[in-house]
Amino acid sequence: MKKIVLDDMMLTKALPTTAGSRMLEGYMSLFDAEVVERLTAAGYEMAGKAQVGEFAIDLVGETAYTGTLTENGKLTAASAKALENDTVKGVISLDVNGAPRRIAAQNGLVFVKPTYGTVSRYGTVPVACSGETVGVLARNIADCREVLSAMAGHDDKDGTMHADALCKKAADGCEKPVKKVAVIKMEADADITAELEAAKAEMVANGIEITEIEADVLSAAKTAWNILMCAELCNNVSRYDGIKFGYRTQNYTTIDELYTNSRTESFGALLKTAILFGSDVLSTKNYMAKYDKALRIRRVLAEAFGKLFADFDAVLMPACSKPAYTETDVKENPYIAFEENRYTAPASITGLPAVVAGGVQLVGPAFSEGALLDLAALLVKEGK
Amino acid sequence: MKFETVIGLEVHVELATKSKIFCSCSAKFGAEQNDHVCPACCGMPGMLPIVNKNVVNLGMTAGMMLNCHINRTTTFDKKSYYYPDLPCSYQTTQWFAPVAVNGLVDIETSKGKKSIRIKQIHMEEDAGKLVHDDWTNTSLVDFNRTSVPLIEIVSQPDLSSAEEVVAYLERLRSLLRFAKVSDCRMEQGSMRCDVNLSVRPEGSDQLGVRTEMKNMNSLSAIVRAIEYETARHIDAIENGTEELVQETRRWDDVKGKSFAMRNKETAGDYRYFPDPNIMPVVIDDTWYDGIKNSLPEFPEVKKARYMSEFGLGEYDADILTGSRALCDCFEGAVAECGNAKEAANWLISDCMNLLNKNQQTADQLTVNGTSLGKLIKLVTDGTIGRGNAKKILIAMFEKDLDPAKYAEENGLILSNDTGLIDKVIKEAIAADPKAVADFKGGKEKALMALFGKCMKQLKGNCDPQVLRTMLIDEINKA
Ligand SMILES: [Zn+2]
Repeated sequence: MKKIVLDDMMLTKALPTTAGSRMLEGYMSLFDAEVVERLTAAGYEMAGKAQVGEFAIDLVGETAYTGTLTENGKLTAASAKALENDTVKGVISLDVNGAPRRIAAQNGLVFVKPTYGTVSRYGTVPVACSGETVGVLARNIADCREVLSAMAGHDDKDGTMHADALCKKAADGCEKPVKKVAVIKMEADADITAELEAAKAEMVANGIEITEIEADVLSAAKTAWNILMCAELCNNVSRYDGIKFGYRTQNYTTIDELYTNSRTESFGALLKTAILFGSDVLSTKNYMAKYDKALRIRRVLAEAFGKLFADFDAVLMPACSKPAYTETDVKENPYIAFEENRYTAPASITGLPAVVAGGVQLVGPAFSEGALLDLAALLVKEGK
Repeated sequence: MKFETVIGLEVHVELATKSKIFCSCSAKFGAEQNDHVCPACCGMPGMLPIVNKNVVNLGMTAGMMLNCHINRTTTFDKKSYYYPDLPCSYQTTQWFAPVAVNGLVDIETSKGKKSIRIKQIHMEEDAGKLVHDDWTNTSLVDFNRTSVPLIEIVSQPDLSSAEEVVAYLERLRSLLRFAKVSDCRMEQGSMRCDVNLSVRPEGSDQLGVRTEMKNMNSLSAIVRAIEYETARHIDAIENGTEELVQETRRWDDVKGKSFAMRNKETAGDYRYFPDPNIMPVVIDDTWYDGIKNSLPEFPEVKKARYMSEFGLGEYDADILTGSRALCDCFEGAVAECGNAKEAANWLISDCMNLLNKNQQTADQLTVNGTSLGKLIKLVTDGTIGRGNAKKILIAMFEKDLDPAKYAEENGLILSNDTGLIDKVIKEAIAADPKAVADFKGGKEKALMALFGKCMKQLKGNCDPQVLRTMLIDEINKA
C-alpha cells in the first residue's frame, strides 16, 4: 500500500491535530480533511503525522511546542525525516509562509504548491486563508505529481475553489511547455547561487531561453504578505479562547483572566508576536495605511506577474537564502521567518503555483503546475 | 426652551430561512439546547463558510421592500471581539459593501405622513446564548442560535418621538412579514432593536450627546425607554442634573430606568476586514430580476386593488391586507370560485374566528386558498349547506383536503331527494298541529320551530331555501 504522511495542519479523526501548538494539544477533530478523504479513496494509507511549527508560520518547524528538531546544530524538519522512509510517497503540507518550500530546497526534496483554489482547504487548520495552499512534499517529481493529481479537484465545502476541470487540468496537464524563463535576481549565499547557476545551465542545455531580470516590485511581497498573514492569523486563532476546546489555564477568577492566561500560557513567542502585529494592522487607526495597502500591493503584484507571464512561461528564483538554518540564526533574529519569506511570499500572496526542486524555486502563471513539474524534472534529471 | 428628540434605530431581524447562514444546521427556534449545532457553528477549526443563497435572497427582498439600492457586488467581513457566546471570537457580517443601502420607509402618525431614510441593510450571523446556572454559579452556553441569519436595518436619525418609532417598527414588521423575510416576533427575539437617542433645542442643526439602548424587544418597553431617556436628557441640559456622555445604556423595564453599562462591555476595536473565505457575492440581472419579480404588492396597493377590482369595502380590505397569509388564501380562493365577497366573508368571519379560538395570528393561517374556493363553490351551487361547510373548514384547518371528497365521505352532501324532504315535512306538520295553527295566526317563530325540526331530521343535508319554500307550501295546503 502507498503510504502518505500528513503534516499536523491536516485535521484527522484518527489522530490528534495540534497545529504545532500547546493550545491544541490532544485536540481530536470530529471530521477528516477533504484531502484525507480523497487520498484514502484513491487507495493511499494514512501512515501518520509530521510535526509542524506553531500554526506553520515559522522557518522549517522549529517553533513546534514539542521542541525544535536539530541535527549537528542545524534545524531539521519532521516532514523531511518522514521521507527518509522509502515506503512513504509524500507528505501533505499546508504552505502558509513557505516552510515546506524551504524544507524541500534544503533537503534535496520536491515540493509543489498548487494554484490557490485547486486543492480543498476544508479540514485544514486555518491560518492565512487568502493564500495558504495544501501541497505535496516528495522525493521526486513523479510522486509529487501522482499525489497532487489524487488531491486536486473542486470541493463544494470550500467556497474559494475553481471549477473541477480547471483544478484537474492544472494538476495533470501541461498545455504549454516552458520555453522561456525569467531569472529573478535576488541575493542569496554562494551555495544557493551555485544551485541557481546549475539550474540555468540545465535549462540552456535543454534549449530553454533564459533572461535575467530585475523585479523590484516583488520586494514588496514580503511586507504585504506579513501584514495579510498576521491579520488573518490573529483573527483565525482568536477562537482558541480556553472556553470550548483546547488548553485552559488553571489560573483564573474572571473571564478576562481565563482568556488571557489560557492564551499566554499555551502560545509561543513567535505566534504571540504575529498576533500582536496582526491585531495592530487591523486596528481602525492602521487599517487603511497597513492592511488595505497590503491588499492593494497584492493586486499590483498580480498585475506585475501578469505582465511578466506575457513574455515568459515561468520565473526562476531562490526558495531560501542558504542551504540550512542553525539554532543561532533563530536566536539572533527570532523573526527570521518573516525575513526569509521574501523568496516565498510572491507566490503566497498571489496564489500562483510554485515548484521547488534541485534547491531552486519555479513560479508560473495560474494552473501551470503541470508545466512547472515538467520543467523541474529537467533540473533534477528525472525522466517523465 | 423647547426641545426635540432625534432618534435613529438599528433593527435586527432574524430571517425566515430553514437553515443557518453558513452551515446546514436548522435555524428553527425553540429546540433543546445545543441540538442545532455542528463543527462549523461551534467554531471548530477547519470548516469553511458557504453562504446560504436564501439568506441573500431575503436580504435583497428586504432591501427592495424598503426602497433601497441593492449593491450588485456585496461582501462579507469579519468583526472581532471576545465573548463566550461567540464561538469563533469573530462575527461574520457586512461592513464594507452591505447588500442594500439608501432606502426610504413611509410612516403615518397623528402628526401626518413622514419618510424615514434607511442608511443600510446588512446580513450577518447571530451569536449564541448564555444561560446562567445560579445553583452551580456557572454560565452555560447554547449554540443553537449561533449563525442563525439576521439582517440589521440601520435608519438615519429621522425619528423624533416614541409614536414615530412605533409606527416605523410596525411598518417594518408589516412589510417584512408581507415579503416573508421574517416572522418579526419580538417576544421570540426574531425582531429586536437598538435605540440611538439625543436631544437638542428645537430648530437647532447640531446633534446633542447620543446614548444607545441595546436589545429592546417590546414596543411598550421601547416607548417607555424613549420617554424616560428624553426626559433624562432634557433634565440634564436644562437643570444640569448630570453630565451627558456618549455611552451604551441598559433599559430596565421593571425599574422603568436606564443604567449606564460598564465601559468595558462596550469599548474595543472590532478590527473589521474582508472574509477571505467568502468570495464577493455578485448579483447578476437574472438573480436581481428574479427577486424583483417575486416581490409582493405593498399592503396598501393590494388594499386599493381589492376595493377597486373586487368591490370590497375598506374595512374588509384592511383586515385582509393586514396579513400576507390572508391575502394569499383570499387570492387563491377568488381564483378558484370567482366570488370575492364570499371569499372575504369566509376569511374575515369564519377563518378569523377559528384562528382566535386556536389562539393563532392571521399569519399562522394554513388553509389552502384553492381549497377554500372549492368549498365556497360547493356552498353557492347548493351542493352543501353552510353549517356543514363550516365543519369542513374546521377539518381544513387541520390539513389540506378536497372539500367535495370530504363532504361525500362524511355524508355532508345536501339531499336533492324532494320525496324525502316532503315526507319529513308531512311528519313534522302532523306531529305539531299547534305550530301550524300559530304560524297561520301570524307567529313567524312557529315556522322556525318546524323548520328546525325538519332540518334536524334531515341531518342538515338540505338546502335551507328549498326546505323553507316546501314547508310554507305544505302548511298553506294543510
Ligand atoms: Zn451548524
